[in-house]
Amino acid sequence: MDKIPILRMGNFLLVTIQVDLYDRLALDLEADLVQMVNKTSSKGVLIDISAVSIVDSFMGRIIGNIASMSKILDAETVVVGMQPAVAITLIELGLPLKGVHTALDVERGMNLLKSMIGDDHGDEDETDDDDTFTE
Amino acid sequence: MITGTKTKPMMMILSLSKDTVQVQREQDVVLLRNRIREAAVKIKMGLVNQTKLITAASELLRNMLRYGGGGNCLIEVVTRGRDNGVRLTFSDKGPGIEDIAAAMRDGFSTGKSLGLGLPGAKRLCNEFDLKSKPGEGTVVMILKWANG
Repeated sequence: MDKIPILRMGNFLLVTIQVDLYDRLALDLEADLVQMVNKTSSKGVLIDISAVSIVDSFMGRIIGNIASMSKILDAETVVVGMQPAVAITLIELGLPLKGVHTALDVERGMNLLKSMIGDDHGDEDETDDDDTFTE
Repeated sequence: MITGTKTKPMMMILSLSKDTVQVQREQDVVLLRNRIREAAVKIKMGLVNQTKLITAASELLRNMLRYGGGGNCLIEVVTRGRDNGVRLTFSDKGPGIEDIAAAMRDGFSTGKSLGLGLPGAKRLCNEFDLKSKPGEGTVVMILKWANG
């Protein structure tokens, strides 16, 4: 049975889809990912689809579902690395993937995630200020 | 003498190669996509058109598995004059489609899906033909020209 690995990186979950998706696999990923967000109380999910050559209406819906389910669990989702041909096809198909954050590559995606949940780190900045004050 | 009715003669679409793939399980989808890609690469179809064709095929395949209980896909490399293309014919012996006009509408679904499959597949291809009789099954043909 195929399975797509989910990696934990600090506050984030990282998923790189390297195989051709079929429906069952996509559904399993959706369930696993939402479970993991809950279990690890992650703040962000990054999905790399640079190796995915086909995204049809079903997989598009799964990506949208993952984003909205994570949102309810207080985590942001960023999809990175979509191939241009896939983007063209998705729009022509009639699936604009509204409500899903995207970035061109993993690095930009990580930066976007950090900036989206950046507000939570306000406390650290304050302690830094205190340090400088006492010095 | 009849004048003014002479139009460009309809060019025949000739089939160069045929290949039938049986689809019964979800995992067969991946195999079929690869076979379609092989046919598309053979006629030097561009990446965007390849992606559109395979995505359309993916939609029709899902319909065939979910509503038709599996079936056959005929993959043909076709030619018309100087154009080459890939023609796919999906046939199942499922319950058929009762209201074809409704099924072709965006957002219509008898299942729980988005209802983009049939109209989306039509948008992604150059030619689209759907024949269905309730109780007898459904045959969907799509064609994508290499530079269409």
